[in-house]
Amino acid sequence: MPQEFQLNVNGASRRAYVEPDAPLLYILRNDFELSGPRFGCGLSQCGACTVLIEGKAARSCVTPVVSVGAAKITTLEGLGSKDKLHPLQKAFIGEQAAQCGFCTNGMIMTAKALLDKTPRPTEHQIRKALAANFCRCGTHNRIVRAIQRASREA
Amino acid sequence: MDSASRRNFLKAAGAIVVGFSWAQPGALAQQAPAARLPGSLNTNRMLEGWIRINANGTVTVFTGKCELGQGILTALAQIAADELDVGYERIEMVSADTSRTPNEGMTAGSLSVENSGTALRYACAEARQILINRAAAKLGVAAAKLSVTDGTVSGSGTVTYWDLAREANFKREATAQVKPKPASQHKMIGRSVQRRDIPSKVTGGRSYVHDVRLPGMVFGRVVRPPSYRARLLSFDEAAIKAMPGVVAVVRDGVFLAVAAEREEQAIKASRALRDSARWSERPDLPPTGPALFEHLQAMPSREMVVNEKFPANPVGGKVTTLEAEYTRPFQSHASIGPSCAVAQLKGGKYTVWTHSQGVFPLRGHLSRVLRVPASAITCIHTEGSGCYGHNGADDAALDAALVARATGGRPVKLQWMREDEFGWEPYGSAMVMKLKARFDESKTVVDWRHEVWSHPHSTRPGSPTGNNLLAGWHIANALAPAVPGNSPQPSGAADRNAVPLYEFPGQKIALHFITDMPIRTSALRTLGAYANVFALESFMDEVALAAGADPVEFRLRHMKNPRALEVIEECAQKAKWRPGRRGDGAHGRGFAFARYKNLAAYCAIVADVVVDRRTGKVRVTKAVSAVDAGLIINPDGVVNQIEGGIIQSTSWTLKEQVAFDRQRITTRSWADYPILTFPEVPAVEVHLINRPDLRSLGTGEGAQGPMVAAIANAVANATGVRIRDLPLSPARVKAALASTSI
Repeated sequence: MPQEFQLNVNGASRRAYVEPDAPLLYILRNDFELSGPRFGCGLSQCGACTVLIEGKAARSCVTPVVSVGAAKITTLEGLGSKDKLHPLQKAFIGEQAAQCGFCTNGMIMTAKALLDKTPRPTEHQIRKALAANFCRCGTHNRIVRAIQRASREA
Repeated sequence: MDSASRRNFLKAAGAIVVGFSWAQPGALAQQAPAARLPGSLNTNRMLEGWIRINANGTVTVFTGKCELGQGILTALAQIAADELDVGYERIEMVSADTSRTPNEGMTAGSLSVENSGTALRYACAEARQILINRAAAKLGVAAAKLSVTDGTVSGSGTVTYWDLAREANFKREATAQVKPKPASQHKMIGRSVQRRDIPSKVTGGRSYVHDVRLPGMVFGRVVRPPSYRARLLSFDEAAIKAMPGVVAVVRDGVFLAVAAEREEQAIKASRALRDSARWSERPDLPPTGPALFEHLQAMPSREMVVNEKFPANPVGGKVTTLEAEYTRPFQSHASIGPSCAVAQLKGGKYTVWTHSQGVFPLRGHLSRVLRVPASAITCIHTEGSGCYGHNGADDAALDAALVARATGGRPVKLQWMREDEFGWEPYGSAMVMKLKARFDESKTVVDWRHEVWSHPHSTRPGSPTGNNLLAGWHIANALAPAVPGNSPQPSGAADRNAVPLYEFPGQKIALHFITDMPIRTSALRTLGAYANVFALESFMDEVALAAGADPVEFRLRHMKNPRALEVIEECAQKAKWRPGRRGDGAHGRGFAFARYKNLAAYCAIVADVVVDRRTGKVRVTKAVSAVDAGLIINPDGVVNQIEGGIIQSTSWTLKEQVAFDRQRITTRSWADYPILTFPEVPAVEVHLINRPDLRSLGTGEGAQGPMVAAIANAVANATGVRIRDLPLSPARVKAALASTSI
């Protein structure tokens, strides 16, 4: 049966009336109109749907809303906006680290979790941290450079 | 569509009314034959169809090409800004919308800068002249004495484009008599301008069709048959209809779909529908493994000799003959985001938001399947995940339109699941290439043969007859697929790049074109060029080795094209190529070259590999490339395309093949179709040769062919073992090394 859930999203309290097993991704995208997290596989394989839950990178496509509770959810929109870019967003623009950009959300959110824990990662650490985030256009090296730039400039 | 009905429709859709209608091709055809105009101007001849000057100080540029993540709208805006003499930030781009833009067919073939860019250079140069002439009349000064800076025309006194917006008459055919600017006057062209679309993509803006949200919108999912030609026996419609949130259950032939109030409800309903459906299937897929390639050669095919040349002089002396057979499996576009479309049916008119590469061709086939006139359909391009060719985009558009018929006017966002994309997209065809060469005592090739067996490489919508949309084959009132064709040389399709750019005295290039498709195939980036260049450039190395020549020196000696020669030399030099260097069993390097389609960008690549002899795993550590793309509009854009092409090709080459059994496609998720990951991606260098006075050449597909061959040649260089079957997976490499080791 549907229930009301109160979620903490990007610092604001939001309500959704949904089934407990509804994946967080669809609530973020459809109820809260957040376009950052994206549907890529629904199987926790590709990383396009990544959000932060209490600062840890999580795959929102397989995260039932009931499991989130009062934990703090951060989406791409929560990092910054076009007028006030987060250093990672700025660096992705600076390095032109996208082609189609469909994977970009997952790259930035996974990098955010990495940099919060390891502010000066080596290239090897960055590549390892992103090993389960898929990019199909072949912009991997630009993404690595953007994360290095954000790490330097943050 | 006549302009009155279109205006009504646009009002209904809440869109901006544009007081302009593209003439139907038929109307043009009745006029006297017109002079050939450059690029897409030839088929879209009215100036006002390309450019609008707005009184508010902006310029609207219309293009029939669409953004696929390749940066085309940025490059086209750079061109328009330079030719019009207006600030780049004043340019607003409107792209690929059947109600508003030129019809430029498909955004494909690395042709957008060549076709749309060329059209815009001429259209904007002419528009600028019209504006200057108006300004001259207004200011009472000779046009030749006027200059333009950011839309302000000055001589004695000034007047702006924005003042002239209402009187500048673009309601005329382009003449292409006003020459575009020489390279010396370019300000934006040739600069690495940042892409217009990236800020939105890194901040969660609404960038994609997946982000379209309309009032009252419902969510759709399809339930495909378990195999291509399965027959539906039964399913529990009542149970699905009773599920929470379900708005519609659609069954038309074997087309099954659901629509629900919430997305997760649509997914649950589609899963329940899938589980309740009973099907009858037949084992009608081809065999797998090496048998697939024997099967391909045994299938009925249309035989074509696509190129033939006979030696002018008889061949004398001792001649050595070499033969080899190469294969490439079915490979997937594997877009990160499965296809999606939004459709609404209101008052008998469809509006479809789609990431199709060709909104006009899509509209044509939608019209055929939906049995409504094209005038009742508007297709609006909205970005999707990278497609790399003909993926599920067009099919999803039809799916959405079919479901929209059952939702009482409410718009439907129809999203394919991962398994829908992997299981139903048309793949890049499996191919066999048989090569044979004869060379003489001077280490010179005297005769070259290249035979290709392949399914079609374009079964896109747009054909004059038939229907190429998936659900159109599944509905009760089904329409058969169009009879597939093969684009003729010099571009070719299945035979693309099978004709060598090298100068051989004798050659014969033949295609066995297999139009029967037990497994659905269509355009995957480069069409046949990836496999043909793999074969051609691998074989060049094999022949060079047999003749005792260095691969780079051997290529240079057989090449006459000066631009090709320069690209090959530049690449060899930048990579510090040392002639005759042998691999050490594990480390090796390989060289390859191609000019995509023998018409677009020139690209040479040196790849370095490390082969783990124990596991068979190949790691590409570095790729150094040189590229000549004529006049470069946006250098970083070109570098991004070449880097991306190199990395995508590395993934295809080392890892990728679609899996199936005799009944079903078994590639359903990323677990079944691994692609290259961050730790496996090579370092990439791109060296550009700019030719500002020559026309621009497409780059989007320039690197894939050279890269596969450079890797194959590097593996052979490292191990001394030549592998002629793709992908170069650990199992295959391990087996090849084991079978040849002593």
